[in-house]
Amino acid sequence: MKQLIASMAFITVLMSFQTVSKKPASPVTKTTTPAAKKPATGGVVSNNLKAIMERGQNVYLINCLACHQVDGGGVPHLNAPLDGATAVKANDKAKLIRIVLKGMTDRVEIDGESYSNNMAPHPELTDQQISDVLTYVRNSWTNKASAVTQAEVKAVRAKIK
Amino acid sequence: MKKTFSAVSFLLFTAGFSILTANAQNFGDNPGSHTPASGGISMGSKTAAIVPDADNAGLKLPAGFGALKVADNLGKTRHIVVTAQGDIYAKVMGKVAEGKGILKLHDANGDGRSDETTGLGNYGGTGICIKNGYLYASSDEEIFRYKLNDKNEVINPLQPEKIITGLKKGNQHETKSIVLDNAGNIYVNIGAYSNSCQEQDRTPGSKGRMPCPILDSAGGIWQFKADKLNQTYGDGSRYATGLRNVVGLDWNSQSNQLYVMQHGRDQLHDLFPAMYDVQANADLPAETMYALKKGDNAGWPYVYYDPFQNKKIIAPEYGGDGKKEASSEYVNPAMAFPAHMAPNGLLFYTGNMFPAKYKNGAFIAFHGSWNRAPLPQEGYYVAFVPFENGKPTGKWEIFANGFSGLEVVTGTRGAAHRPCGLAQGPDGSLYVSDDSKGTIYRIIYNGK
Ligand code: HEC
Repeated sequence: MKQLIASMAFITVLMSFQTVSKKPASPVTKTTTPAAKKPATGGVVSNNLKAIMERGQNVYLINCLACHQVDGGGVPHLNAPLDGATAVKANDKAKLIRIVLKGMTDRVEIDGESYSNNMAPHPELTDQQISDVLTYVRNSWTNKASAVTQAEVKAVRAKIK
Repeated sequence: MKKTFSAVSFLLFTAGFSILTANAQNFGDNPGSHTPASGGISMGSKTAAIVPDADNAGLKLPAGFGALKVADNLGKTRHIVVTAQGDIYAKVMGKVAEGKGILKLHDANGDGRSDETTGLGNYGGTGICIKNGYLYASSDEEIFRYKLNDKNEVINPLQPEKIITGLKKGNQHETKSIVLDNAGNIYVNIGAYSNSCQEQDRTPGSKGRMPCPILDSAGGIWQFKADKLNQTYGDGSRYATGLRNVVGLDWNSQSNQLYVMQHGRDQLHDLFPAMYDVQANADLPAETMYALKKGDNAGWPYVYYDPFQNKKIIAPEYGGDGKKEASSEYVNPAMAFPAHMAPNGLLFYTGNMFPAKYKNGAFIAFHGSWNRAPLPQEGYYVAFVPFENGKPTGKWEIFANGFSGLEVVTGTRGAAHRPCGLAQGPDGSLYVSDDSKGTIYRIIYNGK
């Protein structure tokens, strides 16, 4: 019975996860919003927030969810939470972009706690995937903050190289 | 279902459940190091009337058992030990306030609940045990010991003896668990500072380093002398290797052997999505129990244990495909448990309070998983494994559940409590620590 409740609770997450896990997240994801109904062509993708959030969630499910968890709560002492984290909601978006591109193993204190796992770098993600996923984590759970743009990711990537 | 437990209400106990301490004699000769120190001290004239909490401290237990919260909000309490006098020493992890690295809980009025907390030590850490008149405790790099008086109180809290120093501490798996045998040796887990020894840790597709250089100073159990000062790697020996990270360990005095619980590797799906789907990631590899002999190699990072094929399988970082069987040079686990549940405490029960089936069996505190996401998490309970003739029977059951306070744990942060350390009291009570809120539980039996 417990198992049944569990499976039911996870059907939503699972369905989206399994769809995307078969192939790398594509920049154009099917959505039901009117704005995104017409597939974007010629590299033009919808910047409608809902479309960004859906793409961002796909990137999150594949690349971040294992450690930062479904609820963005992280794992105590191990993986930093993204939900409610000061740095995640702050204006210094370049810092977040750098963390995704370069990973994070410095074990500095984050909101008074330290976390012992290694976050691997994700340079393989495109500028768009990074702007989408960061916009997603900045606007999911209890977080609310401005979107991260592809241009911002591009600028940070250029400086790192 | 393999896992069964009876959710019995214990309200019926609350009226007049008492344990007479007169029954608590048989602890002086117990050599297990998580169990009370010897010394043959009687419990005194205090007659404890220990009553479980009305809600059994939120735990679900088999019929006849009850539980109470001994203390709460202590911080990140990791491993614990209970003295012959019933005092509890708890090791606190992470950043600790001055003099609060080890907490001593004392129950002055005999109701089973702590009413005096004192502390010593300025270092965070996980390991703690009592043996031969000393309290041993670990930071993430060093092991200290404190001489105890005949009441098992630390004589000089400010001047411990440094037994071992300079142990490797990397990112992740940095805690040092400790246990002593009956021949003057101390065993220390030195966890691998890596998930699977990839060229780039936790990076999709990154190959395994061959040979894995971490194994020279970590990823195993080291043996040192229990009474020699300032030992470092050169003074000890690598007792067993190929163990990614061990947190729960105990000395089995029946078989005179070290038992350890390994935390299996993470992220098979994230790192090798073509070979492992989300379900396989949640189910693989097993968490494993080993009965170790000197020189054993459990195979990390080259192999992992698949509990469905009942085989050691070559890790994908080292050319595996999920099916290729590993070389027989690596030892088999004594038992396998579901993946990712994070066994943080192991205790061989030698007490007389619990029914006969529990005697000499193993309790395991499963801290609870995170690596099963997006599937529901598992663990967050204390399991019991019956032993016969010093060997596990291969069966196990959930003994104490409900720590998380949730029907289903989706995100790890949501779990209210996470079981971590285990200890046996002089009367045979089982103590469980939680490193999330710092709750100490005491589980007692009064069934007939
Ligand atoms: C292998 C586990 C792991 C994965 C996968 C992972 N992270 Fe992390 N992340 C961590 C850990 C651990 C930290 C904290 C590191 C430290 O303290 O040195 C962290 C820190 C962060 C921070 C900083 C939080 C703060 O409050 O300062 C951000 C932002 C972040 N991760 C975003 C992401 C995103 C976005 C992804 C996916 C693209 C991701 N992480 C994937 C483990 C992971």
